[in-house]
Amino acid sequence: MRLAEHLYRTISSIRGPLLFVEEVVSVRSGEVVEIVFPDGAVMEGEVLKIDGATVLIQVYGETRGLDTGSAVVFTDSVKKAPLSREIVGRVFNGSFEPIDGHPLFVPERWVPVTGFPLNPVARARPEEFIETGCTAIDLLNTLVKGQKLPIFSCSGLPAREMAAGILQNARLAGGGAFVTVFVALGLTHHEYSFYMEAIEAMRSGFVAFVNRADEPVMERLLAPRFGLACAEYLAFEGGMDVLVVITDMTNYCDALREVSTAREELPGRRGYPGYLYSDLASLYERAGRIRGMAGSVTLLPVVTMPEDDITHPIPDLTGYITEGQIVLSRDLHQRGIYPPVDILPSLSRLMQRGIGAGRTREDHRDIANLLYRHYATGRDLRRLEAIVGRDGLLEGDRLLLDFADAFERELVGQEGRRGIEESLDAGRALLRRFGLAEPQEGGRG
Amino acid sequence: MTGRIIGIAGQTVTVDLRGLKLYEMVSVGDAGLTGEVVRLERDRAVVQVYESTAGLAVGEPARGTALPLTVQLGPGILSSMFDGLQRPLNRLREATGPFMTGGGEIPHLDPDRRWRFSPAVGEGEEVVPGAILGRVAEGPFSHPITATASGRIARLAGGEFSFGEPLGAFADGREITATNFWPVRKPRPCRRKLPPGEPLVTGQRVIDFLFPLARGGTAIFPGGFGTGKTVLEQGIAKFAEVDIVVYVGCGERGNEMAELLEDFVSLPDVRTGASLMERTIVVVNTSNMPVAAREASIYTAVTMAEYYRDMGYHVLLLADSISRWAEALREISSSLEEMPGEEGYPTYLASRLAGFFERAGVVETLGGTIGSLSMVVSVSPPGGDFTEPVTQACLRAAGAFFMLDTSLAHRRHFPAVNWFQSYSLYGRGATEHFDRLVSPRWGEMQRRCRELLKREETLREVAEIVGVEGLQDADRLLMKTAERIRLQFLSQNAYTGDAFSPPEATLARIEAIVSFHDRAAARLAAGEFLDEVLKESTGGMTP
Repeated sequence: MRLAEHLYRTISSIRGPLLFVEEVVSVRSGEVVEIVFPDGAVMEGEVLKIDGATVLIQVYGETRGLDTGSAVVFTDSVKKAPLSREIVGRVFNGSFEPIDGHPLFVPERWVPVTGFPLNPVARARPEEFIETGCTAIDLLNTLVKGQKLPIFSCSGLPAREMAAGILQNARLAGGGAFVTVFVALGLTHHEYSFYMEAIEAMRSGFVAFVNRADEPVMERLLAPRFGLACAEYLAFEGGMDVLVVITDMTNYCDALREVSTAREELPGRRGYPGYLYSDLASLYERAGRIRGMAGSVTLLPVVTMPEDDITHPIPDLTGYITEGQIVLSRDLHQRGIYPPVDILPSLSRLMQRGIGAGRTREDHRDIANLLYRHYATGRDLRRLEAIVGRDGLLEGDRLLLDFADAFERELVGQEGRRGIEESLDAGRALLRRFGLAEPQEGGRG
Repeated sequence: MTGRIIGIAGQTVTVDLRGLKLYEMVSVGDAGLTGEVVRLERDRAVVQVYESTAGLAVGEPARGTALPLTVQLGPGILSSMFDGLQRPLNRLREATGPFMTGGGEIPHLDPDRRWRFSPAVGEGEEVVPGAILGRVAEGPFSHPITATASGRIARLAGGEFSFGEPLGAFADGREITATNFWPVRKPRPCRRKLPPGEPLVTGQRVIDFLFPLARGGTAIFPGGFGTGKTVLEQGIAKFAEVDIVVYVGCGERGNEMAELLEDFVSLPDVRTGASLMERTIVVVNTSNMPVAAREASIYTAVTMAEYYRDMGYHVLLLADSISRWAEALREISSSLEEMPGEEGYPTYLASRLAGFFERAGVVETLGGTIGSLSMVVSVSPPGGDFTEPVTQACLRAAGAFFMLDTSLAHRRHFPAVNWFQSYSLYGRGATEHFDRLVSPRWGEMQRRCRELLKREETLREVAEIVGVEGLQDADRLLMKTAERIRLQFLSQNAYTGDAFSPPEATLARIEAIVSFHDRAAARLAAGEFLDEVLKESTGGMTP
């Protein structure tokens, strides 16, 4: 702890968002600094690198108007988030300043925003079913408490309607509600107003961190950390079940690339820094449950795949960290199916534990396996049909083609909320209609 | 030897200590974070810190430990879970709660646990390194305590002890202890290495039958996300026919590790009936834990694996995933501002990987027994593209390659091992063994199975043009048989009783399919119709 205030007027150079300050004694890595502009405005920054008495600082905002005579105040602390139960119902910007017109609450605690990794042996296995009201998820790619399951979208697809739908419809198995933490990154005003309307219509509690498209890029890197620190606090100290929705992770990664380039770091694939995987993991891995503790953090990030390419580094690395993915398809969207979830590449890795007797229904696994298998065959046959024509196919194969169409239209496509019972019944009815209800030879899934 | 921190850049810290050695462990800061010297200059040293450096200040103290990164070896490693630096996760949790806040010293092996020692040599005997001094019962395993130096035994007492007390002493006064330390980056010695030959049964049909792994061999399986790497890796960990399993979760998901740990504690070993955890050592450094410790984790694991190998056990090391290790290496290299090679990986990537894989093998131990260390390593190529540097470097070093295929995974064919692209260099030796041990028909069935799958591939191309209707009956039968091989033989459900398939059952299953095919083909040739011939199938063919 330092006793005296630590103020310097020794900026030696300014390069974009980076400042070099000289002759600094006793400074911490990651320490928060305040930069006082010539006009009196104050902006925060962070210590990136220390070499003897020379300190490199990353400024969190626009450095326009700064001069080398400006003052830099060292705060002796890493970036922390103020937390209290009163945070529920509030809306903040990417600097944790309230933007809902009310004053900041009295913090009960300050916690470092980056958090600490959860000891793997302290984790409890996620296995409690969450009902999202969406058949493509509940029935075929089941979400469980403590899971991280991203939505992979393409530009122009209704990812935001889907995310908002999940926010409004998600229920715990017992019917309980979530506290929602909503993190908006680089959102246009249009999207922002859409989400805020959806959030305000919700019955349950929420906390929102909003960084709009014209707001500082550094805040885009901080906002998800604020959101997750807040989620961990509400979950593990308040015993609440927290659902975190982060949209859009692509904006986050682009912000990270922008900052990394400004720092002159070595670029990796497509210019993203080599540590993109570890950085994303430091966010995604904060989802989970803890043994012997109530509360959970469930994470639903939205990723827009650039050029609809699932092998692009952002969806690719995300898929390697998260426990599955919900993939939206342009083809289904063009055919007017909502939500346009492509079942084949979608996956929930934690589904097996969350379904079946005592969780959803005894026949869930069988129905899901049968639907998946027949739909996959139907999709394969579509390619064949394109070559040899419908007449060149066997009778049974033509049936599967029709099944695949009906599956997309009636089961994946839906209007309004469907409970899990309803989804299961709809799935079973569809299989029956096509005479596919009973497990066939080899149909062991 | 104490100095001060003079610079910090991410995980690399510069200290003004003199007299350090390269790769020596250094404790930095008031919190006592652990680091390793990676670069030495005249009056300063660059230290790679294994923990988060957030909040570390210049001017805080730094202290050399005079030791390289080491692991503690001794009874109590089995059934334990460690992080990449061999910190015991369970005791760490008891000490600091569910979150890992970093810093602090905690003994790697429990110093208070009591063990019972039965001496095997008498007082006055001369011993050489590797000689067995006595034994400790570690769960169901007999854990020999071996001499680490030569000399004449002056004292050696049996009975209960904990690590604080020596077991005895040499005539020249040196103490004999049940625990010792070994630098992780240095392979443990053996008398000589033997070529791998005997197959290592994994219980996965597609591996055991088509691409067998050998004891002392190495295998890699690359696959994009969602191709079932982790499920396959965990399946092998559960059922492989070895004495001891070392599982490294290297930069992977925390929830998956929680699942694995719960499974291993609750599931019985299919051979002994005891809890799987009794034969397992888990090293876990999840993706959000510090990258430098992730880089060290595979060395920590392989050193513990070698330790049990040296007792004459068959050990299997599983790492998921080596790509995360390589990325950690890349992050460290780039923070040291080294010249990057392909895709930003350091140019020493391939040689480091080869060095790691070379620690596998069948050995004659210093004590004269035979032990083996096998490795099965998953690779996560970015975008599922196998031409990337990590997959390519692994291919040159490993003896078996199981290619996980995204299109098979999309069809929910698991394990999604592609049967055309995969290979095993241990195939011939393993087939000889299976021919001898299981049935002389093993090799022949293997040939038939490959041939059927190959012909299906050709026919499928034809069918895409003329339609299945346009094929002849004999060819349609073959397609039907190949489909059965795929659905009932090559795929295996990890969540049912079928998760483990002993070699006898594997052979019986393929023989049933092939012999049905032969009978059906004979009936077709005799003029019967395909539909009639296939009718038999539903009755006789359900698995």
